[in-house]
Amino acid sequence: MSELQVTESAAGWVKSERQLERERVRRSRARRSASIAGTSTVVFLVLVVVGVANSPGWPRVRESFFNPEWFVKALPDVLSGFLLNIKIFLIAEPLILVVGVLVALARTVTAPAFFPVRALATLYTDIFRGVPTLLVIYLVGYGLPALRLQGIPTDLATLGIIALTLSYGAYVAEVFRAGIESVHPSQVAAARSLGLSHVKAMRFVVLPQATRRVVPPLLNDFISLQKDTALVATLGLLEALRQAQIIATSKFNYTSYLVASLLFILLTIPMARFTDHLAARTRRRRG
Amino acid sequence: MSLLTIDGVWKNFRGHSVLRGIDLEVRTHEVVSLIGASGSGKSTLLRCVNLLETIDDGAIHLDGQEITDPRADVDDVRRRLGIVFQAFNLFPHMTVLDNITLAPRQVHGVAKAEAEEQAGELLARFGLADKARSYPDQLSGGQQQRVAIVRALATKPRLMLLDEVTSALDPVLVVEVLQVIRELKDSGMTMILATHEMGFCRDISDTVCFLDGGVMLEMGPPEKIFTDPEHARTRDFLRAVLDSGRL
Repeated sequence: MSELQVTESAAGWVKSERQLERERVRRSRARRSASIAGTSTVVFLVLVVVGVANSPGWPRVRESFFNPEWFVKALPDVLSGFLLNIKIFLIAEPLILVVGVLVALARTVTAPAFFPVRALATLYTDIFRGVPTLLVIYLVGYGLPALRLQGIPTDLATLGIIALTLSYGAYVAEVFRAGIESVHPSQVAAARSLGLSHVKAMRFVVLPQATRRVVPPLLNDFISLQKDTALVATLGLLEALRQAQIIATSKFNYTSYLVASLLFILLTIPMARFTDHLAARTRRRRG
Repeated sequence: MSLLTIDGVWKNFRGHSVLRGIDLEVRTHEVVSLIGASGSGKSTLLRCVNLLETIDDGAIHLDGQEITDPRADVDDVRRRLGIVFQAFNLFPHMTVLDNITLAPRQVHGVAKAEAEEQAGELLARFGLADKARSYPDQLSGGQQQRVAIVRALATKPRLMLLDEVTSALDPVLVVEVLQVIRELKDSGMTMILATHEMGFCRDISDTVCFLDGGVMLEMGPPEKIFTDPEHARTRDFLRAVLDSGRL
């Protein structure tokens, strides 16, 4: 493609013998690396398949994890449960973004009057990054309703969303804070020298640049969140993992777990490729 | 009448004094140049005037008001000053037009249409009319620095501070930025510039100040400083500049 562009724009240029020879060598090298990569992939796959299929327990594993009949039977229930995962994810994600940005901003405010806010934000990130997500789900899911306070939701899905937001908000806040700190101080100096207040400098100059930089790590956290929606199964919510569990324990066949796994993978792969795409774009722009 | 008065200003960084009792007066429409080796305190002095640095002693008055009083409204002071940095410091995520209209709109409360019209006029005046929708990284260094100057001008400052604005540019681009500064002088703008462009400095300045190790060693009209300096240090500095072929 680029060769074509060059010859078009540089009219009258004829490639020298030396250049043609160079290109022949490059092409033959490219062909050789492609065939080596192909061969080694095939050899690797054959070794894995032969290794697994020849293991003594393979027939039983195949029967209990890879049974096509059970796959088809489990699919509708697990899929309907999976819709709940998607719903939880879609509601939790924007909430987490809001919490993350607010907490990150709270940690950058230096005015003395805001000391309690800053201290509280620091305490929040310290606690919720330290406590395992599963424990947060237990504490919020069983602890909050037990308080019997008026206005506290008792709906399990809502409680699950609150727990995930609290836990992931702390991670996302740290991602945003790293982004804010990565914006060069000279940008703040330029904004302040124009008379912009700290808040306006943050809003118009620092935060927009920080957000652009943290998109890839944020998407990474969201891929992680997609999987962790399965943790709310511990509250007894009928989402994908719970549905798969019900089928597995009542029928003594684990193929339903495979179904749930595949559904999660189908959701995360596009997100992962999108993250790669964004990261590559950022690299190209900087390069 | 003097617009800016600097009285015995001291600035220390980690126990090392960068400014040692600097005195300077700038009258309206005057162009004052600060010359001296790197590290002599030129940039620090400009940053102190803009309150980007807090001074350790002395006082700075702008329009008769002491701006180094801790109770002074920092944002209000900066609204009256424009500063242009060596490294441009444009906002990379905004178009040229947005870079220029940000402060008028957000700080001075100018309506969007009016701010954009004024920005358009300024861009046209400095030969950048076709760059309004470009992003900073699509411009040459000289164009970026001209945009930075327009951005500072857009808030209609009483005083412009130019901090080695041509140091990051190649010789061809230096010329186009210097032309802009010359035009500012012709329009009556009061300016303090820290510079290494000695020929230009001699041409444009009303007063030239030679800084050496944080001390204002010599001050006077350019003819005097460049042809008949009183201090041996000033002579040495100018000779070094001459030897390097930059005068």
